[in-house]
Amino acid sequence: MNILELKNIKKSFGDLEVLKDVSLSVRKGEVIAIIGPSGSGKSTLLRCATLLERVDRGEINYLGEAVTECVGDKTVYASKKQLQKIKGYFGLVFQNFNLFPHYTVLKNVIDAPISVQKRKKDDVIKEAAALLEKMGLSGKENNYPHQLSGGQQQRVSIVRALALNPQILFFDEPTSALDPELTGEVLKVIRSLAEENMTMVIVTHEMQFAREVADTVYFMNDGFIVESGTPEEVFDHPKTERMKHFLERYNG
Amino acid sequence: MAFEVMLRELSSGLLVSLEIFFLTLLGALPLGMIVAFGRMSKFKPLQLLVKLYISIMRGTPLMLQLLVVYFGPYYIFGIRLTSSYRFIAVIIGFILNYAAYFAEIYRSGIEAMSKGQYEAADVLGYSKTQTFFKIILPQVIKNILPSITNEVITLVKDTSLAYTIGVAEMFTQAKIISAAQSSMTALIAAGIFYYFMNLVVAYVMGLFEKKLNYFK
Ligand SMILES: Nc1ncnc2c1ncn2[C@@H]1O[C@H](COP(=O)(O)OP(=O)(O)OP(=O)(O)O)[C@@H](O)[C@H]1O
Ligand SMILES: [Mg+2]
Repeated sequence: MNILELKNIKKSFGDLEVLKDVSLSVRKGEVIAIIGPSGSGKSTLLRCATLLERVDRGEINYLGEAVTECVGDKTVYASKKQLQKIKGYFGLVFQNFNLFPHYTVLKNVIDAPISVQKRKKDDVIKEAAALLEKMGLSGKENNYPHQLSGGQQQRVSIVRALALNPQILFFDEPTSALDPELTGEVLKVIRSLAEENMTMVIVTHEMQFAREVADTVYFMNDGFIVESGTPEEVFDHPKTERMKHFLERYNG
Repeated sequence: MAFEVMLRELSSGLLVSLEIFFLTLLGALPLGMIVAFGRMSKFKPLQLLVKLYISIMRGTPLMLQLLVVYFGPYYIFGIRLTSSYRFIAVIIGFILNYAAYFAEIYRSGIEAMSKGQYEAADVLGYSKTQTFFKIILPQVIKNILPSITNEVITLVKDTSLAYTIGVAEMFTQAKIISAAQSSMTALIAAGIFYYFMNLVVAYVMGLFEKKLNYFK
C-alpha cells in the first residue's frame, strides 16, 4: 500500500495558481527527491501534504485514509478528529528548524510524544536518548537551541520529528539555511535514514545528494510535475527541454 | 506636626496606594489577555468593539475615566453613591484602563511570534490550546517583559490620580499635610516613597527578566 497519495492537487493563492495539477504517490520505504526552480511550488506541495495549507482541489490520502475527498466537483476535508489522527503519520523538517527556543534539546524531542501522544515519559526519554546518540547529539540533551550550531539544530529537529515514529518524513530544503560546511552532517543523517528504509520526501537544491539518496526524482516546474523517474533517467537522460535547461544551469 | 506623625499618616496613605497598585495588576494583567484575544478575534463586531474600547482608554485622561466610573452610576442611573464605592470606583477605573494598555502589549507580542513556531507545533500535533500555553506564551512573556515593566512603573505614579475622587492614598495625604504645615516636606517625602517603590519594581522585574534569560 502507498503511504501517501496525492491526486490532481490544485492550489492557488488569490489569482496566483501555484499547483496546477500535481499527482504523486509514495511507496513504503521509498525516498523521493523533489527538485525544480524557485517558485515552482515545491514548498507549497509539501505544505499541502502536511496540512499546513489547504488544497483547492484534489485528493490526499495517507495509508488509504482520506485527508480530502472529491465529492462531485467539491473537495472536502476529513473531520478534525480524523485529520488529527493523520497528523500522527507524518513528520516535517523545516528549512529553518523551528525548534522551540525555550525548551532544551531533550524537551524539544520528548514533549510532543508525551503531551500529544500521551506516551510514558520513561519510554520516551529512553527512545529519545538513543535517537540523539545516533544523530551524534549525545551530551547536548540539556542545551538550549541557541547554544547549538545550525547543523546541530537541524539534527535535533530531525530527531524531534522521528520521536513521534512517523510513517513518512518530509524535508523542505533541510540544508538551505546552513553554512556550506555544515550541510554535510545533516545530509549524512538523512542518508542514514534512507539506509534504514525510512520513507521520505525531500525538497532539495542539492542535486548530487538527490541523485545519491533518491529512489525517484520529481522535477517540478511552474505548478506541474514535468518529469519523474529514477535519478539516472532524470539526471542523465532528461526528456524535456525544461529539465535539460534546469540541469544546465546547475551544472554550468 | 511632628515628623513621625507625618510619616505615619503618609504610610497609611502608602498602604492605600499599594492596595490600588496590586489590585490593579491582579485585575488588569489577566483581563488584558482577554481583551487582547477580543482585539485579535476574527469575529469583526467583537474586534471593532474592543478596538473602540482600547482607543477610548488610551485616548482620554485616566483622571476623567475615574470621574466617569465614580459619578456615572449617579448621573446616568440615579444610583446613590456610598463612600465605600470611592475605592471600588478607583479599582474599576484603573483595571479598565490598564487592561487596555496590557492588551496592546500582549497583542504586539503575540503577533510578533514567527509563523514557524505555530507551524512546527501544528505538525507535531499540539492542539491550539497546548500550542498557545506551552509554545507561544512563554516566548511572548519574555519578549514583552520590558514593555510591561514600563507600564508597571507608570502605574506606581498613576496611583496618585486616585486623589481625584477623594481616595486617601499617599498623594492625597501628602497634599493635606503639606497645606496644613505650609511646607513641602510631606510632598518630598511622598516623592521619595514613589521613587523607592519604583526602584523595587525595577529590581523585581529585572529578576524576572534574568530568570527568562536562559533562552533566546
Ligand atoms: N502564502 C502565500 N501567499 C501567496 N503566495 C504564496 C504563498 N506561499 C507561496 N506563494 C507563492 O507561490 C509560489 C510558489 O512558492 P513555493 O514556496 O511553493 O515555491 P518553491 O518551489 O518552494 O520555491 P523555492 O525553491 O524558492 O523554495 C511563489 O510564487 C510564491 O510567491
Ligand atoms: Mg520552497
